[in-house]
Amino acid sequence: MRIRIRHHMSYIWRTPAKSIIQIMRLTPRNHEGQRVGSWYTDINVDHALRVSEDAYGNHVHTISIDGPLSKLNVTVEGDVETFDTAGVLRDAIERFPTIFYLRSTPDTETSGALRDFASEATATATDALGRMHALMGAISDRIECTKGAPSAAATAFEKQSGTGADLAQIFIAGARHIGVPARFVSGYYFNPEAGVHADAHGWAEAFIEGLGWVGFDPANCICPTESHVSVARALDYIGAAPVRASRSGGEGEDMTSQVRVSQQQDQRQS
Amino acid sequence: MSVEFFDEMTRGDQSPRAVYARIQQWLKDTPPDVLASRRSQAELMFRRIGITFAVYGQANATERLIPFDIIPRVMSRTEWTKLEKGLVQRVKALNMFLADIYNRRDIIRAGVVPEDIIFRNPHFRPEMTGWRVPHDIYVHIAGIDIVRIDDKDFYVLEDNARTPSGVSYMLENREVMMRLAPDLFARHRVAPVENYTDALLSSLHSVAPRNAADDPTTVVLTPGQYNSAYYEHSFLADKLGVELVEGRDLSVRDDVVYMRTTRGPQRVDVIYRRLDDDFLDPLCFRPDSALGVPGLMSAYRAGNVTLANAVGTGISDDKAVYTYMPDIIRFYLGEEALLKNVPTWRCREPDALKYVLEHLPELVVKEVNGSGGYGMLVGPHASKTEIEAFAEKLKHDPSNFIAQPTLKLSTCPASFDTGVAPRHVDLRPFVLSGSDGVRIVPGGLTRVALKEGSLVVNSSQGGGTKDTWVIDDVLDA
Repeated sequence: MRIRIRHHMSYIWRTPAKSIIQIMRLTPRNHEGQRVGSWYTDINVDHALRVSEDAYGNHVHTISIDGPLSKLNVTVEGDVETFDTAGVLRDAIERFPTIFYLRSTPDTETSGALRDFASEATATATDALGRMHALMGAISDRIECTKGAPSAAATAFEKQSGTGADLAQIFIAGARHIGVPARFVSGYYFNPEAGVHADAHGWAEAFIEGLGWVGFDPANCICPTESHVSVARALDYIGAAPVRASRSGGEGEDMTSQVRVSQQQDQRQS
Repeated sequence: MSVEFFDEMTRGDQSPRAVYARIQQWLKDTPPDVLASRRSQAELMFRRIGITFAVYGQANATERLIPFDIIPRVMSRTEWTKLEKGLVQRVKALNMFLADIYNRRDIIRAGVVPEDIIFRNPHFRPEMTGWRVPHDIYVHIAGIDIVRIDDKDFYVLEDNARTPSGVSYMLENREVMMRLAPDLFARHRVAPVENYTDALLSSLHSVAPRNAADDPTTVVLTPGQYNSAYYEHSFLADKLGVELVEGRDLSVRDDVVYMRTTRGPQRVDVIYRRLDDDFLDPLCFRPDSALGVPGLMSAYRAGNVTLANAVGTGISDDKAVYTYMPDIIRFYLGEEALLKNVPTWRCREPDALKYVLEHLPELVVKEVNGSGGYGMLVGPHASKTEIEAFAEKLKHDPSNFIAQPTLKLSTCPASFDTGVAPRHVDLRPFVLSGSDGVRIVPGGLTRVALKEGSLVVNSSQGGGTKDTWVIDDVLDA
């Protein structure tokens, strides 16, 4: 499938910002399930942009802008050809041994209730893959998927509701608790009915002996298909967050984010 | 009591060890009321200096004065030279270890250190992997805690490689002691410590980024006045003659760090930071940190600023990693460790855990990531209920703990209203690593457990400090 993605972020400040630094993980990389075609990052102001790679091998764009600035637009746009791999990730960049992904972070810390939930949900499954499917199913059944700001796994679990990213973090916390390495994936999801929406998507990957990294998308209760385009991977949401920003000045921020994920009609013939 | 423990002053037959002969004589010659007046003088001086610390976790965490004991702790030049060699060796190995685990990971591949204690450790910072810090030095300032149990060996109790504190006490203790007992100084040739800040400044300058100016700009970064060691931060900045800054005084533009000054922004090359990794940069670590500098890690990674100590050094003061230090030294330097490790059970190993659970009343059990005497069990001093509660904690998460025998820490004489009595001590020398070598001022901070029989020297647990003297050798009479 050929997927076109346009992610537009617009910031307006009532009083101008004096300086801004943004760290963006918005550029996908290739792996067996996806080939990135064209990809642009467009920013409406003069800026110094540095392209680098973070510890996980994700593409990182850093911009630092000196104000005064009352408006900032960032647009990333491009197309990616995707292939169904039954959720299994191959040929991706791996910088850490899988055992690293057993490590907890503040946002993926478990609570007693979350631990009990994960143990119970996976108790009857006979292998690691089965346990991960059971965990995803249980999260999907139990936790309501909402829109809004992200929160830590234990917090979202207690509220019994959270964003797609929150559900992924609950999955990660639960998987690690039962000894399965897991990590966060940020990216985009093509849903023909979705139209323009506000946020990028997030899901999880778990490491299954014999298979490698396998994706689990609890918000949709599926393993990633050719409708998923992954962008960044990390221990948790914040590590892979599309944008982390800091500014001085710039009171009264009005931020809008628009994501459009569509299927390219002009399918390339092979 | 003095029969059971190694006393650094008095032998079993009550005769003094040679290094302490003049101290013992001085204690005999000085009437109790004179000692008493020196004790109160000392307290007055420390109050005037304003050297205080805050104790975390206490209901009303007001500033407290760390008690100072007026009898110096003495070590001979020969003893010191031996210790110094061991410290240099250890800190070299620590720096090589950090450069390795954040880059090639040879030591893991060689199977010397198991990978899970590195990669599952919260102090292992993925952000530090795959690039090298300026001059390959990670631990610029190390505080290596040393104990003695006899007159032969030095044991390392723990390596403090993050932001070790206490050096201001070492310096202030010396100043107070010189004013308090000039007569005693006159009887000894005591190695000076006041050149510590010069050595620190030279070390910091030597590790400036290669693109920095000839006269690099150095600052001390503090979390602010509510931090327990704020006094030390301002003290050091003052002695170093550099600016004491908080995160909000610094900013990053195009991967270069600037300090706000009255003459406009000034580039900063070296940051002696006393702020924990988690708080350094909200764009990289804790997003809610208001104490850090947004973009600092990008500037760091671009090679435009040196952070001392480097980010991610906490991995090497982990107590599980500690247990591998003899192997780490052998791996990188091909030498046997000159300083001994305290025998340690790794509770992550089932056999060790079994032993530890069966012997809790005689062991000291510590959290691998704990510090300051928090979260530890001192078996011989714990009640049955405390031991049982701790056993539960231990069983729940064994890999989070190590256990050690209750060490027979050496004692030194301390002065009280009731007279002179032996108290347990340890020693924290401060080891400075620059691109031009390792510097250590002779001595360090001696901490003393002032409560009779207590083995816990931490200031947060009722410990005090002493001036530490390295003196020219005196031959045994």
